[in-house]
Amino acid sequence: MLQDVQLETQVTSWLIQAQLLVLSIHVLGIACFAYIVARRLVPLMRAEHDSRFDRTSARIGKFLKYWLGQWKHPRYRVAGVLHILIFAGFLVLAMRAFTVLIVGVSENFVMPGLSGETGHIYEIITDYAATLVFLCMIFAIIRRLAFQPARYAVPEKFGKAHKADAIFLLSLIAILMLADSLFEAAKAASQPQLGVTVAMTSFLSLPWVLKIAFASMPITTLADIYFGSYLLHAFAFYFLLCYRPFGIQFHVETSLFNIYFAKLDRGTIKPVRWGVSDEHLDQVKSFGVKTFEDFTWKHVLDFYSCADCGRCSDNCPANAAGRPLSPRFLTTKARDYAFQHYPMFGKAGNGTPLIGNIYSEDEIWSCTTCGACEEECPLLIEYIDKIVDLRRGMIDEGNVPQSLQKPLKALESRGNPYGKMEKKRADWTNAKEFKQVCPVITLGKQSTAETLYFADSITSYDDRMQSIARSTAKVLDHLGEDFGILGAAEKDSGHEVRRFGEETLFMALRDHNTEAIHGSGVKRIVTSDPHAYNALKHDYRDVPPVEHISQVLADGVESGKVKFNPIEDRDDVYTYHDPCYLGRHNQIYDEPRNVLDAIPGLKRVEMSRSRDRSFCCGGGGLMLFYEPKEEERMGVKRVRMAAEAGANVIVTACPFCMVNIEDAIKVAGLEGKMSAIDLVELADRQIARNRPALDEKAFEAQQHEAVTGR
Amino acid sequence: MEILVCARRVPDTSENEIALNSTANDIERDELVYSINEPDNYAVEEALQMVAKVGGNVTVVTVGGDDDEEILRREMAMGANHGVLITDDAFTGSDGRGIATILKAFVQKGNFDLILTGVQAEDGAAQVGGMLAAMLDYPFASLVNSIEIVDGKKLKISREIEGGNKEMSEIDLPCVLSIQTGINEPRYVGMRGIRAVASVPIPTYDATQLDLVPNTVGASAAKVKRVDYFMPTLGKGAEMLTGEREENIEKLLELVAAKGGLK
Repeated sequence: MLQDVQLETQVTSWLIQAQLLVLSIHVLGIACFAYIVARRLVPLMRAEHDSRFDRTSARIGKFLKYWLGQWKHPRYRVAGVLHILIFAGFLVLAMRAFTVLIVGVSENFVMPGLSGETGHIYEIITDYAATLVFLCMIFAIIRRLAFQPARYAVPEKFGKAHKADAIFLLSLIAILMLADSLFEAAKAASQPQLGVTVAMTSFLSLPWVLKIAFASMPITTLADIYFGSYLLHAFAFYFLLCYRPFGIQFHVETSLFNIYFAKLDRGTIKPVRWGVSDEHLDQVKSFGVKTFEDFTWKHVLDFYSCADCGRCSDNCPANAAGRPLSPRFLTTKARDYAFQHYPMFGKAGNGTPLIGNIYSEDEIWSCTTCGACEEECPLLIEYIDKIVDLRRGMIDEGNVPQSLQKPLKALESRGNPYGKMEKKRADWTNAKEFKQVCPVITLGKQSTAETLYFADSITSYDDRMQSIARSTAKVLDHLGEDFGILGAAEKDSGHEVRRFGEETLFMALRDHNTEAIHGSGVKRIVTSDPHAYNALKHDYRDVPPVEHISQVLADGVESGKVKFNPIEDRDDVYTYHDPCYLGRHNQIYDEPRNVLDAIPGLKRVEMSRSRDRSFCCGGGGLMLFYEPKEEERMGVKRVRMAAEAGANVIVTACPFCMVNIEDAIKVAGLEGKMSAIDLVELADRQIARNRPALDEKAFEAQQHEAVTGR
Repeated sequence: MEILVCARRVPDTSENEIALNSTANDIERDELVYSINEPDNYAVEEALQMVAKVGGNVTVVTVGGDDDEEILRREMAMGANHGVLITDDAFTGSDGRGIATILKAFVQKGNFDLILTGVQAEDGAAQVGGMLAAMLDYPFASLVNSIEIVDGKKLKISREIEGGNKEMSEIDLPCVLSIQTGINEPRYVGMRGIRAVASVPIPTYDATQLDLVPNTVGASAAKVKRVDYFMPTLGKGAEMLTGEREENIEKLLELVAAKGGLK
């Protein structure tokens, strides 16, 4: 018995003798990590205020879904599943890593709650977890080396490729797993020689394989491996811990906080300054982000958290069109800036302007705020608020492209970006044939109504888009709605004005419209423009509830108030293009599709990029005035996607999508082969008025009759 | 360098539908929106950029009424150090020479190294700058589309000549330059900037303060008088090509070539 103990001590005695060494590794490692994290916290402390300590239950929910549940990951199947496996492995191994570290100081340490049978089961699980993570690392390294997914590439203008760094980090984790398994295996392999109870190693796991390999080794070699692997494990662990805050793997630590503090409200834009009311904004000296320190602390945390996976840029339409914007590099350039200007030693931060230094003006104006990047990011990194804040900074400095100055000025003096007269805002109601079937009242002191149709600028003034206004009015009329418009009293909703960073002008437009809406006495607002919908819903306060016409139509279909005549041209194949501000920003995906599917005989296909992966048409509002540097228009790409899906009619539900898509059809040379129609125009065309709608069979009978003449 | 920019408030051509009033003696002004004359805005931007390089002040002056203060505030929001409003009932009905006389009186009150005007007011006749220079006996250059400061006494300027070429000149200070659009990219001025200067007092000058003799300005002194506005009768209009697209392209090329547009 005594002999056994002595023999076992031979193996583990290394650790006892080296306790001081091990203890100093621990102290040094933890101290280094604490120092590094403290330095990394400096920019967060200097950053702007951000209101993120509210709504705990919603935040916990988000944390459980997106952090623990890894919700976004499977959107990229291979990388996503790989990540989920590694993440799960890490969760399992986290406790084990601490146990091993403590064992070096106190040999017989057992993590509380993991003694006896539970501990045994936990050991089996960890053996497999380490094996799994090890294999995942090998696979990930091969993937990086052999398959090289395109989205990891770094164009020269954005800096150097991170491949070597990625492989280095993957290798380190693999070494950590190997060291852990060697440690286990050496101990297990020595046990039969020592004659003590042999601990089970899990069948086919890495420790199990190593144990078999070690079976015939002399006890002294095993003791060396035991001690050597312990040191390797400790070094790899602390090296990784302290190296992570210098690159993409910092997300291992920061993701927890980044997801907990993530933005909770879709479709909204952050205020100019958190905690400063609109009335006090005039006292704020500088608007927006001009220097790095103008970002909020959460936005700095975003920069730290980016794993550089490239999913944002892979989905970014601006990036696809060859504009000088790639959301991924928006983040990594800011991170590089932070690391450079907030070094580990020495003076921190010098407040250099970001525009002209790490960002270009065109880069920041290129964003359509479509939200594809945010939809994709597994770490819930925010982009739109940062872009808007950077634009606010440029507006404040007077740094605005000439192409945008004219429409902004016109919005200020005329309330629309075209500089058209206010009194002509309701001219669309005067079209002769329309006026006879559907007179539209202008609301004011004398006339009130239940519902307001908020048309917004483009639908009111653009010749083509006025057809959307008239169709909307006719649909509302068909549904028996008591509605009217604001006419000359309506100004632009200011949706893009705000997203282009002109907050003061936006507030003026919002206040004007809010007053006009209150004055009209309506109980509800309907709009056919998703941008106006989003503005009224998220940017305005204290206005009646707002609905998009696609929701009104879907309700009409469901209640049976809206019945459609069958489609006449049976060769047409329809596809629905999700407008960003209806879909991604407001989650209205099904209503428009339900309306389309209620039209008898309508053949509908989905584009490969649809619903929350919809591809922006090129942007609305002021974006129509901006002259981007790009290789191919987003709209042209979108039209090609529709053609690939086999469609020849693109249905959308947004006047700006209509502008972009109709233009793109011409540019792509598909005129005559492809057409675009707004959902409400299509509904208006197909709606069965007065006489009961024909059902499919009756229609076919009628067609047959027409053909055969009987 | 002390720079004076002479500016003017005009109906914004991009945001108005200009129509004649019923008596055809003026345009319909009821629902017009006004802004600073566009070339004047470029002149202010150029002045601001020069001052940023060599130091000094930019003063923007306009001859008009209380409504015209709006453009002075906009230019002050842009960065101009001072705005000055020259206003007097006696100035009503001045022709170009009258305005130049008023401005000359103001220039002589100050100590300006350089005077800039826009190349032309959108509702004007491009005459004030030249006359002002002559009255001051200053050198004058028009249609300026770049300015380079040589030293405290000279400027190197350019104007565009036929075929996009540039003609470079040197001009002695003090001088008057009329500025062409495109010389720079004027900065944006938003409501916030204007609000920030909303309560800055704007000094005004009247005829007495400028020592102007009554019969040299105003309607009585005007030797150019507007007598009428009229709409030209519509010409024959454009020739419409009505064939197939390919045909139309052929025809169009032929027509353009026939007129010497294609070589």
